[in-house]
Amino acid sequence: MSNERKLVTVTVDGVQVQVPETFTILAAGNKAGVHIPTLCYLKDVSDIGSCRVCSVEVEGASALQPACKTRVTDGMVVHTDTELVKQYRKLMLQLVLADHGLDSTNYCFSCAKNGACELQALCRELDVTESAFAPSTPAKREPVLEDNPFLAYDPNLCIRCQRCVGACNNRAHNHTLTTGKRGLRTSILAPFGPDWKSTECESCGNCAAACPTGAITEKRRREYRSWEVTRTRTTCPHCAVGCQMDLVAKDGRIVDVEPAWGPSNRGMLCVKGRSGSFDFVHAEDRLTTPLIKNAETGEFEPASWDEALDLVASKFAQIRDENGGDALAAFACSRSTNEDVYMLMKMARTVFKTNNVDNCARV
Amino acid sequence: MALLSVAAKSSYDEKIAGVLEPFLRRIEATPPGICPISVQLSLLESSGAHTCGKCVPCRDGIPQLAAMMRRVLDCQADAETLQAMRTLAEMIRDTSDCAIGYEAGALVVEGLDAFADEYRSHIEAGACAAGVEQTVPCETRCPAHVNVPGYIALVQEGDCAGAVKMIRKDNPWPTACALICEHPCETRCRRMLIDAPLNIRGIKKYAVDNAPADTVPVPPRMPDSGRKVAVIGGGPSGMTCAYFLALMGHAVTVYEGRKKLGGMMRYGIPAYRFPRERIDEDIRAILSVGGIEVLYEHKVDAAEMKQIAEDYDAVYLAIGAQGGKSLQLEGVDAEGVMSAVQLLGRIGDDDYPDFTGKKVIVIGGGNVAMDCARTSVRAGAAEVTVAYRRRIEDMTALHEEIEGAMAEGVEMMCLQAPVRIEKDEEGKVAGLVCQPQYISAVKRGRPAPAAANKPEIRLDADIILIAVGQDIESAPFEEYGMKAERTRFCADEYLRAAGFENIFVGGDCQTGPKSAIMAIGAGKVAARNIDEFLGFNHKLDPCVDTPEPRPNVREAFGRVNVAERPARERGKDFEHIELPISEEEIMQECGRCLRCDVYGCGALEGGRIQYV
Repeated sequence: MSNERKLVTVTVDGVQVQVPETFTILAAGNKAGVHIPTLCYLKDVSDIGSCRVCSVEVEGASALQPACKTRVTDGMVVHTDTELVKQYRKLMLQLVLADHGLDSTNYCFSCAKNGACELQALCRELDVTESAFAPSTPAKREPVLEDNPFLAYDPNLCIRCQRCVGACNNRAHNHTLTTGKRGLRTSILAPFGPDWKSTECESCGNCAAACPTGAITEKRRREYRSWEVTRTRTTCPHCAVGCQMDLVAKDGRIVDVEPAWGPSNRGMLCVKGRSGSFDFVHAEDRLTTPLIKNAETGEFEPASWDEALDLVASKFAQIRDENGGDALAAFACSRSTNEDVYMLMKMARTVFKTNNVDNCARV
Repeated sequence: MALLSVAAKSSYDEKIAGVLEPFLRRIEATPPGICPISVQLSLLESSGAHTCGKCVPCRDGIPQLAAMMRRVLDCQADAETLQAMRTLAEMIRDTSDCAIGYEAGALVVEGLDAFADEYRSHIEAGACAAGVEQTVPCETRCPAHVNVPGYIALVQEGDCAGAVKMIRKDNPWPTACALICEHPCETRCRRMLIDAPLNIRGIKKYAVDNAPADTVPVPPRMPDSGRKVAVIGGGPSGMTCAYFLALMGHAVTVYEGRKKLGGMMRYGIPAYRFPRERIDEDIRAILSVGGIEVLYEHKVDAAEMKQIAEDYDAVYLAIGAQGGKSLQLEGVDAEGVMSAVQLLGRIGDDDYPDFTGKKVIVIGGGNVAMDCARTSVRAGAAEVTVAYRRRIEDMTALHEEIEGAMAEGVEMMCLQAPVRIEKDEEGKVAGLVCQPQYISAVKRGRPAPAAANKPEIRLDADIILIAVGQDIESAPFEEYGMKAERTRFCADEYLRAAGFENIFVGGDCQTGPKSAIMAIGAGKVAARNIDEFLGFNHKLDPCVDTPEPRPNVREAFGRVNVAERPARERGKDFEHIELPISEEEIMQECGRCLRCDVYGCGALEGGRIQYV
């Protein structure tokens, strides 16, 4: 069998492109330079096609087709900008908006995701400022679940796109966040309530990263607005996987971490990477200089790097010379980068004269 | 790895199945006369109840659409809401992932068109259109609006003669309808909410079996009005009209083309379904009114019609649909090919065919085809086969007719379209060649057949009976000047013939071939409107009252069916196939009647369709 992917010709809004037959209309549109709005779709996380915002006209089809999950076929002719498509898109968004409501966040003002909300952005893009379907009396507010130290779920803002479900089940494979039924409504069973400790939830936060609205958020998200921060791409310092992430800084302080699209993490982070990699940076009791214990008082005292390194070097050399290299072992911290661990190994073998090397990065 | 379970995922599914059956019955029992928007809304809400909750158009769109429709139903919406409803419904239809959503949207869009007048009325007039009002189901569905609860109550009180009188108030053919009516009265019977529709025809049969129509006196004829009315055609419609006109005191002359009265009930329906002595009971009773002169074997041509229209104060034309439709088939002229109408017409005059040892093929799938097939069995045929283009479930014949024919040994060759008739060297039928079909897409509400990629088949045949419909022999009357559309005479809803003052027309010749009870209903309407046209407003005394109601029996029962003689026995003769119903059976059946004439809408002004 050939691994070669067959190419098909697709026309999107008059632009003809050749794409692999495994492409969706959305991907073909992307290649053709045609932007098709989406809401519930999240690449590799969820393509259940629930919001239907990406519905487009396909010539010869009996109904509109969701671009996010409809595969292209050879000769397919797609229209994404007809009056019908545009009208339906807006209607769809109005239905979502009616469900989401604007009252519980005072028209987005008090929402942690204000400015970073995909629903808000899409409404802006499609010029939907209010919903014709909004109920005259707002529905009863549901309690917010926020006992988890990192995560909170506000069901009032949930648009039931189920991206969080895809993130927890299909991507993180934790299977702790699922759906339930309330009659005709689907509810999200987010394990962030009072019993959060007894659940299998690892608090990895991939659900919050997937959520397009302010329904599931990292609680620290409330501390900043997206326009107040800068992002710095880095590698997670926790283990050898090498997840790519952005440190989010506000006023010179790291306030959050966002996953980046790295080859090893593809937009995912674990609880350590997402919630355990920056708090210590601004910790009050963080060490800022080397410390050398005063032999007389038994107290650590600040020292210069030269003093500290000289001391360590002389002591290690003494042990090696008196007892042989195997009296020493080099044990690297998993938070070190691969390069640092390599250098430690090199030092152990060439300087310490021992093969006693190890690293705790086995997570 | 989690353990697998054999239990159903939801323990409710089995129990829900138990609720669906009464749900289905409730839908079937939808009362006649209700506002179509309320039906649409309940359908939409049922559709919305099926949502899995995934997609926005279905899970959010349907409730919003239902809310709008509720406002329209409540007459609190404007034209803008109606337009918004259509847009939203179209969006749900066009963008939903699965049929739960898109069919819900499609049904609303279709309903907005089908019931456009009603929607407009809700918006513009703030009320339902005229005629939207619940009425008693059985008497509403009966084209003659017979007082069904009334005669059921009379049977229950043991007064079968009273029941016959009550039926006759609206229909002078109680025996005919007791034996061969298609009983549309049963289709919306409210009893379905509890168990099953009443066997209304069965109850009527019990009444006429125990009080034969010709033993129950008709009401006294009213004083002579001095007016003359001609009725052309002595079938169910014509004789109904004649009966009521005669009762009203008019002098009626019936022009009958055949030897005997009864029309297609005699010349189209075989005796094993409607024994000749039973049809004569109704005819004797009708003629006992007095004032009805019948001219037998008197066909009317254009010249005579002109004369009749001049000589009589009014004319009711009810010539039925007496011609047999044929097929454009090669070999259709072979000896041994005849139409259903020819075969059954001859039998009507007691000229029974002898098909002993012959192979008979009937082409068609309607009630007449079944009549031909079952008649052929009784005429001694060695083999009887029905060749039909569609499937058994697509046949227009009543289910019990098909089942009866099969029980008597008739072979149903379905999905076979006749291609040509083969002749022997003497020009006699030798066989029928058919092209096999397969059932394909639904067209105009029915699954249509398409030629299958299979070789033609040949069936041996000595006799081929073509039962593919009947024609109206309208030519002489069209020549006289009456208007017809494809042989169907044109009339308004009051049955006034288009372009004539004193000519009324109704029954099969106006509607195309339909049922006896529809023809009877038309005859009644014509009689009343002719009376009105002649300047009268006669009120007829039925000479019977409806008994007081008994309380509803809420316990569920099975429906008592009319038993039939064993198939292998009844197939040998033309005797009536049905057996009498016992008193205990009929009392239980009558006891199930919910007396909708008294309980519910029947108690309201406008809740009944009854004339005196």
